[in-house]
Amino acid sequence: MSIRDGGFIDELRSTENSRIGLYAMLLAGIVFYLFPVETAVMTMFKTESAFAQTLPFAPPGADGFTLEALATAWNTLRPGLLNSLLMAIPATIVSALLGSMTAYGLTTISWRGQVAVVVLIIAGIFIPYQAVLVPLAQFWFQVLPGLLNGFVNTVFGFITGGNWQYPSRNGYVQLLQLSITHAAYGIPICTLLFRSYYQSISDEMIEAARLDGASAFSIYRNIILPLSLPMFAVTLIYQFTQVYNDLLFALVLINEPASQVATQRLAALTGGVVQSFNTTMAGAIVAALPTLLVYIVFGEQFAKGVAGE
Amino acid sequence: MREILSRLLATGGRLRSAVSRDESDGDQLATDGGATVKTTRGDSLRNSLPIEWELIESAPFWLPPVLFAGFFVYGAIAWNFLLSLTDYSGLGGAQYETFDFSMYTRMLNDGTFWQAAQNTVVLLVVFTVLCLALGLFVAILIDQQIRFENTFRTIYLLPMSLSFVVTATMWAWVYNARNGVLNQLFRLFNLEGALVGLLRPAGVNAEVVQWLSWNTTALAAVIFALIWQFSGYAMVVFLAGLRAIPTEHYEAARVDGASTIRMYARVIIPQLRASAVSASVVLMVFALKAFDFIYALRGSQPGANMDILATMMYRVAFDSLQWAYGSAVAIVLFALALLVIGPYLYSEYRRGEL
Repeated sequence: MSIRDGGFIDELRSTENSRIGLYAMLLAGIVFYLFPVETAVMTMFKTESAFAQTLPFAPPGADGFTLEALATAWNTLRPGLLNSLLMAIPATIVSALLGSMTAYGLTTISWRGQVAVVVLIIAGIFIPYQAVLVPLAQFWFQVLPGLLNGFVNTVFGFITGGNWQYPSRNGYVQLLQLSITHAAYGIPICTLLFRSYYQSISDEMIEAARLDGASAFSIYRNIILPLSLPMFAVTLIYQFTQVYNDLLFALVLINEPASQVATQRLAALTGGVVQSFNTTMAGAIVAALPTLLVYIVFGEQFAKGVAGE
Repeated sequence: MREILSRLLATGGRLRSAVSRDESDGDQLATDGGATVKTTRGDSLRNSLPIEWELIESAPFWLPPVLFAGFFVYGAIAWNFLLSLTDYSGLGGAQYETFDFSMYTRMLNDGTFWQAAQNTVVLLVVFTVLCLALGLFVAILIDQQIRFENTFRTIYLLPMSLSFVVTATMWAWVYNARNGVLNQLFRLFNLEGALVGLLRPAGVNAEVVQWLSWNTTALAAVIFALIWQFSGYAMVVFLAGLRAIPTEHYEAARVDGASTIRMYARVIIPQLRASAVSASVVLMVFALKAFDFIYALRGSQPGANMDILATMMYRVAFDSLQWAYGSAVAIVLFALALLVIGPYLYSEYRRGEL
């Protein structure tokens, strides 16, 4: 970052006081952005009486320390964590792959009217999901089971005897439905991320491959996909965080307790009548762990995904 | 037909190469007899097609995902609109028999709707403006050639990687009336009494500030927490914008003797318009989606002061099973989103940025 050396920056540097003021503000920023997380971490190690009597951001004293809240939260959330990963990982991979394909079809190969499809896709990113909730519940719980029941019992009636029922209440079926839903709604943002990346790839390489007689598929397979690996990292990380963090779709699509995801279980814990803040804080930290780990390890990629680069 | 198509796919690349060679390099074409033959055959085929070859060639890549996403996004929105015209409610499947706008007229006479709509707009505007301001300020701080830039940036953006449910859980504790950080801090500085006097709604008797339930503070509390979570995003966008401004602009302002503040106000910030526009579109949409945060904080009945259209829609549809009415509220929310992104997409299109 030496492009702006010299000039006023040096002047600023020389004025010690303004540098000190600058770092003081930056540190205040750290306090501002971290204090809710810090109080959560401190509170989750405190006993019931300790968190009521001490300052929330102070570490627990020797007599107020306990791991009980963490254990309770872990036991409550663990099945939810597994369900979340089981649902979010495939959804993320499918969205990223389909997003990459869509972006390729809409970027490197150009045809008239393309921009209309692009507009529809980009608008799809900004849809408030409330606008699709009722149809979504209708589709997964009424229409699809009805269609499948009819189809299976008609075609395979000699086996099922006409009694086959789509297992709407099966925990894994509900997780699969949620995963497919997330995969679909993830396509627009993944497409946008890949598209801006593909627009920066030089046309010459692709033109050259075309001249050599490469098909659209082989160009995608042999040129675009290998070049896309850094963008896959960005997209997978960003999209995983989005899917894992979601509550709304899970609330609507998962009604079997066994298949609840982590955010659902945490919301239930937080919304409980008795507010044991040590347990809810432990729950928040446990539920946040997967995305926190991803963020700490791949912060750079996450920032790129956020900025839409 | 299938055979023609597959032959087309196989020869597509070579055909294209022959065509472009034809345009650019006549000599090479002359040495390549095979290609010439294929060109003639391919060209006639190509010209006889009613649509562009590129469309056919690219369709296997974009069409299946677009249909998949399109069904869930636009199919569902159309379906939602249809449902909003029925009077579907209760358990059991939807009945598509009579269609009218009764749900919308009902909405116009519903005080809850107007309250939620007002809260939504206030949240949208105040949150977006303050988020942009804080994000810009932090971005300028970060842009001063500081040490540990990455560490600061990573920490400032961290709240955004957390789920709304996680942050709502944390803020429920921060805002807790009896033992939360906020009230404890005010207590520490002996400001609590003054604050209660200042913020207490008429007719309420309390010795501590009930941040999440008082009508004077509830929505502000949500907005503050959301700014905490998303100002890092505005920072990232503005930082990218600042980095794109050429060094000379800073130097020129310096030579003119402008102070740092004047330089930013007159020279630098006006150049960040594009960053501000794209950041505010995304932030507004986040605000419309703030459902998860409010639901995790207060459940589906957050009270009139915190109720936004998103929470109202969920409550009406999934708690009260008034599906058609919920769909109608959802359509209003969708229209609000269109109002935000429509002009944005149009201007992007006009500038050739799509």
